[in-house]
Amino acid sequence: MSPESSDGGWSPYLAGALVGVLAIVSVFATTTLLGKGSYLGASTTFVRAAGLLQQTVAPEHVAANEYFKKEKVMVDWQFMIIIGIFVGALAASQTDKSFKLESVPPEWEKRFGPSVGKRAIGAFLGGIVAMVGARMADGCPSGHGLSGLMQLSVSGFVALGMFFSVGILVAGLVYRRRRS
Amino acid sequence: MTTAHWLGLFTGIAFGFLLQKGRVLRFEKQLGAMLLKDMTILKFMMSAIVVGMIGIMLLSDAGIIKLSHKPMNLGAILLGGALFGTGWAIMGYCPGTSVGALGEGRWHAIFAIAGMIAGAAVYAELYPILKTTVLAWKDFGKIGLPETLGVSKWVIVPLFSIGTLGLFAWFEKKGL
Repeated sequence: MSPESSDGGWSPYLAGALVGVLAIVSVFATTTLLGKGSYLGASTTFVRAAGLLQQTVAPEHVAANEYFKKEKVMVDWQFMIIIGIFVGALAASQTDKSFKLESVPPEWEKRFGPSVGKRAIGAFLGGIVAMVGARMADGCPSGHGLSGLMQLSVSGFVALGMFFSVGILVAGLVYRRRRS
Repeated sequence: MTTAHWLGLFTGIAFGFLLQKGRVLRFEKQLGAMLLKDMTILKFMMSAIVVGMIGIMLLSDAGIIKLSHKPMNLGAILLGGALFGTGWAIMGYCPGTSVGALGEGRWHAIFAIAGMIAGAAVYAELYPILKTTVLAWKDFGKIGLPETLGVSKWVIVPLFSIGTLGLFAWFEKKGL
């Protein structure tokens, strides 16, 4: 367990443990400063982003939608976390020159070739399926996985188990075959 | 910007920084775990969970914070979890890591982000139907493992931590 990973980053054990500390501090800070403890999560922000974008073309439709009413279309604490993740990752990648403009992931390219269009379609369709699933399950690997397991929530264990077991199954089917 | 916004922003910056330094934002790392070749994201997640779990349980026992379980809505979690796993494998990002990947220059993550925003819009349209079907199948409510198993959390937390350390030792032995 060395403090550095082979590619110049930090040990995943160290970085992960620090995220654990961040999660504790975050619940404590939201409880004391905002009056209600909030746990780290990510996927609800995509609902709010969808609502904000749709509002620009069809505000009445968004206002009438039951799900948007339930989740409230607004830039909130979690929305700012998502923006922060972008900023933090950008900053971290500048400190060790790991920032790299990449148009297709290397592993994807090995299987499906260098076409950006193909990657765009795959990622877009995968994104739709994943987000419908995350909203149905009421969480993603952050909300259910990290925050759920930390609290020993039964839902977290079942959800993370499903995410990984089906992920392993589908990744095996999609990526294990040789490039055609 | 309110206090909530600033707090979220700083929390997010720290989270994004650690996700990037842990190298878990890469498509290759996400896929590596699902292909059982590279367990970086599991090492990262499980380390966060064990540390977070100990602190959160102590603060909760002390009455300083409250737990907030997500409902154990069985049908929705099984079907939603399966859909998420499918999409995750194809896209190679999860909601949180997609924006971080964009931050470290992997600009193709924008397609995954666009897909997820579209997926959220699709879900909002499907919601009225789902509410009376999948979401209504079998809801066990907001339950925690200790009360469900009838075992103290201070039995589960040490066992979970030791089990995780054993898993880490195995990963290192196998070079995963």
